[in-house]
Amino acid sequence: MKSFTIEATTTGLTQVLKFIDYELESLNCEIKVQYQIDVAVEEIYVNIVSYAYNGNKGNVTIEISSEVNPKSVTISFTDSGIPYNPLEKKDPDITLSAEERSIGGLGIYMVKKSMDYVSYDYKDGKNIFSIKKYL
Amino acid sequence: MDIKVHSDGRKLNVEVKGRLDTITAPELESKLKENISGITELSFDFSALEYVSSAGLRVLLSAQKIMNKQGSMVIRNVNDSVMNVFDVTGFIDLLTIE
Repeated sequence: MKSFTIEATTTGLTQVLKFIDYELESLNCEIKVQYQIDVAVEEIYVNIVSYAYNGNKGNVTIEISSEVNPKSVTISFTDSGIPYNPLEKKDPDITLSAEERSIGGLGIYMVKKSMDYVSYDYKDGKNIFSIKKYL
Repeated sequence: MDIKVHSDGRKLNVEVKGRLDTITAPELESKLKENISGITELSFDFSALEYVSSAGLRVLLSAQKIMNKQGSMVIRNVNDSVMNVFDVTGFIDLLTIE
């Protein structure tokens, strides 16, 4: 398992994706799947940046681990911000016209649709959001 | 990300290279804002676009809303990863993809 801790800021996304891409490349992850995982990581990370610390400083720890047979990767995000379960958010109505559409909730919806497993837990004052994807 | 803009005042072509994400989407948004006035045909060339996240979708949606009022918008050369995002989010029905 590899672990990476960073202050939760939007610009930190570049480093987060660099860390994730490096690990995915060492697993010989297919590029299409890598992009799906990158998008999911971005949506979850940016969500934490926006909501966890209410404008105050705080960290996010990202852990990545892999399994063989079946080949999969699991990524978890841990922050000590306010309890917030993004999975409780209602799915957006994706049938609305451009005029009626808003972007709220679309990011987490994409995570749910593109990953094989998503979970949220609040434990010891920490939000823990995990995703798993079969490679 | 790299954005190339070509405009003749009426037609605007925007080529986007790399990743359209939370960091880069504001760049595309400001390039569009600078150039979209008076445009009746907006086209995007996504042949070198790797992926798009919800931040990028937000910019495409607002461009589509503007073009619904003042002309037409088309997106060309979409790769599998980007098409998958358009499909999952229902954007495939909002946008004109060629």
